[in-house]
Amino acid sequence: MTAPLNLRSIFIAGVLTVLALLPVYAALTGNYFLLTLFTRIVILAMAATSLNLILGYGGMVSFGHAVYLGIGGYVVGILAKEGILSGFVQWPVAVAVSALIALGLGALSLRTRGVYFIMITLAFAQMFYYIAIGLDRYGGDDGLTIYKRSQFGDLVNLSSKTQFYYLCFAFLLGTIYLVWRLVNSRFGMVIRGSRSNDRRMHAIGFPTFRYKLICFVIAGTLCGLAGALLANHTDFISPAVMHWTRSGDLIVMVVLGGMGSLFGPLIGAVALLVLEETLPVLISAVAGLILPSAATQAGEYWQIVLGPLFLLVVLFARGGIDGLLAKVQRG
Amino acid sequence: MLYFIEQCLNGVQLGMLLFLLAAGLTLIFGIMDLVNLAHGSLYMLGAYFAATFAALTDSFVAGALLALIATLVVGMAVEVIAMRRLYGRDHLDHVLGTFGLILFFNELVRMIWGPAGMTLSLPMEMLQAVQVLPGVFYPLYRIVIIVATLIVALLLYVLVMRTRIGMLIRAGASNREMVGALGINIKLLYTLVFGLGAALAGFAGLMQAPILTVQIGMGENILILAFVVIIIGGIGSIRGAFVAAIFVGLIDTVGRAFLPDLLRLFLSSNAASSAGPALSSMLIYLLMALVLVFRPEGLFPTAGK
Amino acid sequence: MDYWQRCNVADALLQVEALSKRFGGIVASDALSLSVAPGELHAVIGPNGAGKTTLISQLTGQLAPDFGKITFAGLDITALPTHRRSALGLARSFQITSLFLDMSALDNVSLAVQAHAGHSFRFWRDARNESELREPARAALVRVGLGERASAPAAELSHGEHRQLEIAMALAGRPRMLLLDEPMAGLGPEESARMVEMLRALKSEHAILLVEHDMEAVFALADRITVLVYGRVIASGAPETIRNHAEVRRAYLGEQEAADV
Repeated sequence: MTAPLNLRSIFIAGVLTVLALLPVYAALTGNYFLLTLFTRIVILAMAATSLNLILGYGGMVSFGHAVYLGIGGYVVGILAKEGILSGFVQWPVAVAVSALIALGLGALSLRTRGVYFIMITLAFAQMFYYIAIGLDRYGGDDGLTIYKRSQFGDLVNLSSKTQFYYLCFAFLLGTIYLVWRLVNSRFGMVIRGSRSNDRRMHAIGFPTFRYKLICFVIAGTLCGLAGALLANHTDFISPAVMHWTRSGDLIVMVVLGGMGSLFGPLIGAVALLVLEETLPVLISAVAGLILPSAATQAGEYWQIVLGPLFLLVVLFARGGIDGLLAKVQRG
Repeated sequence: MLYFIEQCLNGVQLGMLLFLLAAGLTLIFGIMDLVNLAHGSLYMLGAYFAATFAALTDSFVAGALLALIATLVVGMAVEVIAMRRLYGRDHLDHVLGTFGLILFFNELVRMIWGPAGMTLSLPMEMLQAVQVLPGVFYPLYRIVIIVATLIVALLLYVLVMRTRIGMLIRAGASNREMVGALGINIKLLYTLVFGLGAALAGFAGLMQAPILTVQIGMGENILILAFVVIIIGGIGSIRGAFVAAIFVGLIDTVGRAFLPDLLRLFLSSNAASSAGPALSSMLIYLLMALVLVFRPEGLFPTAGK
Repeated sequence: MDYWQRCNVADALLQVEALSKRFGGIVASDALSLSVAPGELHAVIGPNGAGKTTLISQLTGQLAPDFGKITFAGLDITALPTHRRSALGLARSFQITSLFLDMSALDNVSLAVQAHAGHSFRFWRDARNESELREPARAALVRVGLGERASAPAAELSHGEHRQLEIAMALAGRPRMLLLDEPMAGLGPEESARMVEMLRALKSEHAILLVEHDMEAVFALADRITVLVYGRVIASGAPETIRNHAEVRRAYLGEQEAADV
């Protein structure tokens, strides 16, 4: 990203411009569907960016990152149900609880590496999923409706679609900026070094465990904040947010966009969610050409295309979209 | 007391089921160094195949046998088409690729069998309860599951420890290059091992099919339990998987049955009934955390791994 | 006790006393004692399986000895973890090159500098713009002759350059002592000669413990040589003494090789 004018930066600038101008488009056309979709995309992009910090830069393949989306969301939901509506209370509590849980999970999981780490983060995430199901007072399996979004006095009104979107967008940009500072700082060099060669890091004098743990906590905290946003967006929180397939989706976003690339998770989030919206339509259209009567039905089975697509990305486009752009740029 | 014995038997039965899944997973991981999230999909397929074939042949046993063969074939086909390309790659690649396969299989099942799910009914004589201990009655079919799995575990042990192919499997687990250098067709060996793992998962699925509804996604939650078993038992160790599976099955089942009552002794009944379910579903994960703190490599770590 | 040992016991930088390590039935270190004085290049030689790498691993703290004591700069470091030893100024280069391959040569050395610059819980400033890290790193690269290659990714450097980079990383923490584990292994004659020149330049400023198979290099560089066989010191002294030591000639060098050097 040193050269000011290259394909990648033009592409990213384009994406950011579209994201920034989206509410204007919505206001002009009165079509708020896209704004709602993109609010979700922006929030999940923030979660994916936080995952990229540990996955892409730190090499920690956490398969339980969606837990923090749930934690952040449940803190907002539970406080709201108990009558505490102020966002000035809800959000700091969401952040603090996420940080504490990340500290606990990280301290246990980071004792292991490789495939153990993957399975353990997955298992602990499942534990929180079941705990949420067990919370009868807060909806259990059915989830919890949030009747009133977090209140910030006159500062910002989360019920305004436009204001809420811009708030989420600002948080996303803030997260990206934070990750950028972090990964280039001394701390970030330790994290990258331990991904590259953890044993050597020990040999030259870094006790890497504590750095990785802090990194894990930062990522979990940022994702918890995204969870608080998500709960406000959907006015609802349920165990499904923490289901392990949601963690899988976050990993897909990171890899699809480009691991260890600053804007990769954002691009990946946009790509995956737009794909989820358009793939059914696309399949219907293709099926319609062959067998018009089956067109609508075929669209329902879009995941049968999406699944193998992940496999193809893994096999042939390991660097994700960012990697492809870099390749095209080099010629 | 009778209730307790019954719950213990249920726990053992769950443990057996987990063992079948964990053994396949750990075998595949130990030998091919492959993390297969789609293992649960094979379990699901086993159940669907059994329900379908049993309905077609009008015989549970014939349906089960055909289902076993079908999952074996599907497993080997998946290995040849997809998994083979993932060997030697990063574990993250395995996770993503097989995550994609789960979506694929779920959707495929929905296309073929529809979203509603299926049931598989047992022959009449399987449904009755038999007296296992004086005064203790237990459904015959659940006893069949326990015994059948024990036989499979024994066969697996004999296969791995006593036969030539088992020797190859063990050699492959400890030294990939050596097996290759011996001129053994390692590709074929891998396909067979993957097929074996798939068949074990399919067997678990088809045995379980009559007890619960056969439905999409049924393999996913049980897969994570199987991961917990592997973590506790130690990756690559079939013996560890066996011991840990019974542990996990017992603790989970007995915990769910008795923990809420136990809590009622200390807490108000209101608090107990709300905390009970959450806490009892946490038990096995707490066990896993304890094992991690004291034995990060699992209870039966395999040498050299 | 010969002259060398006597005069170095008192002011030795590194002092190893009666180090013992067994792996099952195999004795890797057998009551092994040696010392390295400041500014001295002490070479350890011995046939394969003599326990040279085990010795280095115990010195760096990657292996714990069964018995014995290691003193560095007057401190008992026998029980210290690796990162504490390296903080005290005991630096190691690896026999099997173990670098951060996806980073540039300069980044590799900068990380090594950073390891000695206090804790790294600094989250904001761009580490690649900190002259505090970059300048010593650049200087170390220049000292090993890699000044021109600073921005090349480590993965793209040649085998010989990897070795040079290894040593630059070891130098980065301004160590008082370098532990070099076979720096010449796998190098061509030209690269070896360059390495010998480089080590000669370094040894005036750092004590060096050199484990090496290349006898020509050892005898050209060493102030003192210790010969290990089956984890036991069979001889220790100046190169001349070792060259003429009967047991060494018999046990290790072989008459033919001994005549060559």
